[in-house]
Amino acid sequence: MKAKIIRKKDISGFLDRLIQAYRVYAPVMQNGYFLFKTIKSGSEASLNYHNTKMSPKDILFPQSEVLFRYQLDKRGVEIDAPAQDERDLVIFGIRPCDVRGIQALDKVFSKNPKDPYFEERRNRTVIVGLGCKENHNGCFCTAVGGGPCADDGSDLFLIDIGDEYLIRVISDKGEVFLKGEDLPDAETQKIAFAAVVAEKAQDALRPCVEVQGSEDILTQRFNDPVWDVISEKCIGCGVCTYLCPTCHCFDICDEAVNKEGKGIRIWDSCQYPLFTRQASGPNPRDTVGKRMRQRIMHKFVYFPDEQGMLGCTGCGRCVIECPVNLDIREVLNILLRTGAAR
Amino acid sequence: MDALINRIRGIARDLLREGKVDVVIGFEEGTIPFHSRPCFVRSPDEADRLIWNSFCENNLATYVVKRNERMGIVAKGCDTRALLELIKERQVIRDQIYIIGVPCEGMIDRVRVEAELRNRSIQTVEVREGTFLIMGKDFEKELEIKEFLYPSCQVCTRKNPVIYDELAGEEVEESVGETYPDIESFEGFSDEKRWQYFSEEMSRCIRCYACRNACPLCYCTECFVDASNPQWIGKSIDESDTALFHIMRAFHLAGRCVDCGACERACPLGIDIRKLNRKLSKDVLALFNYKAGISLDEVAPLATYRPDDSEAFILEP
Repeated sequence: MKAKIIRKKDISGFLDRLIQAYRVYAPVMQNGYFLFKTIKSGSEASLNYHNTKMSPKDILFPQSEVLFRYQLDKRGVEIDAPAQDERDLVIFGIRPCDVRGIQALDKVFSKNPKDPYFEERRNRTVIVGLGCKENHNGCFCTAVGGGPCADDGSDLFLIDIGDEYLIRVISDKGEVFLKGEDLPDAETQKIAFAAVVAEKAQDALRPCVEVQGSEDILTQRFNDPVWDVISEKCIGCGVCTYLCPTCHCFDICDEAVNKEGKGIRIWDSCQYPLFTRQASGPNPRDTVGKRMRQRIMHKFVYFPDEQGMLGCTGCGRCVIECPVNLDIREVLNILLRTGAAR
Repeated sequence: MDALINRIRGIARDLLREGKVDVVIGFEEGTIPFHSRPCFVRSPDEADRLIWNSFCENNLATYVVKRNERMGIVAKGCDTRALLELIKERQVIRDQIYIIGVPCEGMIDRVRVEAELRNRSIQTVEVREGTFLIMGKDFEKELEIKEFLYPSCQVCTRKNPVIYDELAGEEVEESVGETYPDIESFEGFSDEKRWQYFSEEMSRCIRCYACRNACPLCYCTECFVDASNPQWIGKSIDESDTALFHIMRAFHLAGRCVDCGACERACPLGIDIRKLNRKLSKDVLALFNYKAGISLDEVAPLATYRPDDSEAFILEP
């Protein structure tokens, strides 16, 4: 694998050059927390962060997206596709858990039937991952098959080696991307040091739950009353699903005024009662217990079944931001460890 | 604090043992620093799960609505104010709940603490007399509790429970009088500036409804934002729809909001949700001399009509 070196103090200038050609998303501190934002200058970005409050999934899968606009006139209906951004995208400094989130979205939106809106943006996106040196309170990537410095899915991957970042060139796309930049090749010594940093970070985050075999256990416990016990404190908001890097459920609605309108795709959440309420009134998931079960089952049973990977990347946003600290790690431990005896 | 916790556990244990309640709703230790969380205790030997500290930030009154059980509830000042409103609005029967009142010195604002520490990972936190000590991998920091209380706690005038069956601790000193310095200065801004502030705050909203769901007084069986036939409001994060949600919610809480701050604490994006609610509380106090969650006997102003009600806000808005 090729590797390059960039000095930390040169990152801002590097981003400034990127902005000339790309729409660059990077972590930006606003209102006391970080979010991925389109930056206009390299100095806005900061790589000195744990993770962003929201996952960057909205870059590829926006919370509200106009799919088409229409207008009625005497001749009939005229439909317009939305305008597309002419620039290619760069997601700079994204954490490995969130890269994995994008891999999950890829499975959903880039397989048949392909989602043209997602696909179009995704093909034009360069992912520059950033390894984690230190984990945060909610982190559990190592329990779900990821790692603080897992570089798969990134096109380029940065590892903090002191005053410099080592840039691992992971994909052809990453290699092409770096072409115009005159960055020195990493010496063997630095490549080895980066590997040590990665290993240390991996060792520091011991898996907090054993998810191997979870599909069978969870399936067996589908009708277990324990779901209602665990979820009793859940207030039924959408924080866990909206902040999640893999949750991808959406609704499509029409908004029209007089003879003009638009079809919009918006995020939806399985935690809302309305998500499954039928037009005639009944709701098959009429309790928070059933809705929480759906979230867990989707991530640890249905998604692996259909897509061959877990639907959870261990980013820990749902752990940290849940208003009532309903911790998914603990939920899994209760379900998987206490067995069906309960 | 230990004496208080023992008292809470003792009361809960007795209530459950004597069969006076089916469940005690209180707080237990959370899974990450700065988090205590709601818990439901159903047998006397589980009572030791209950705790009390400066992180009991949820308003537990939100759990009593639409439950048939007899409930014991651990309640700080603002929780009891919400309970009182719920009793008045007949969402819970007084006899159905046994209120274990806890005098409260305010809860620590974990978001501000995180911002203060910027990127350092907090491993443990220890609350001491007037301060709290944060420990991380390679640092220690002691901060004053008073400096890091939630905004709603900073302006709280009812630290002691307003209604209770048993008090678990000694009453604490109340701050005097109702003041709205934040709202008064905000009112002084131009229309444009106020709108700009409001728009910027609302632009961060992701419509997760954590504010609504954490709110003890937001208990509608079907919230207007969830109605689909007719659909009152667009469901995207279009600015006007988001603003409409917050404005409607604020109006619906006028004269009912007890300013517990649960909405703001639940909001993952840290939006200043209380601004609208507090403005309306201030107006209701000025126009009707009414403050929500204080007395069971006073009739809520928006639930009644008096010929001498103020009309100034209609005639000269």
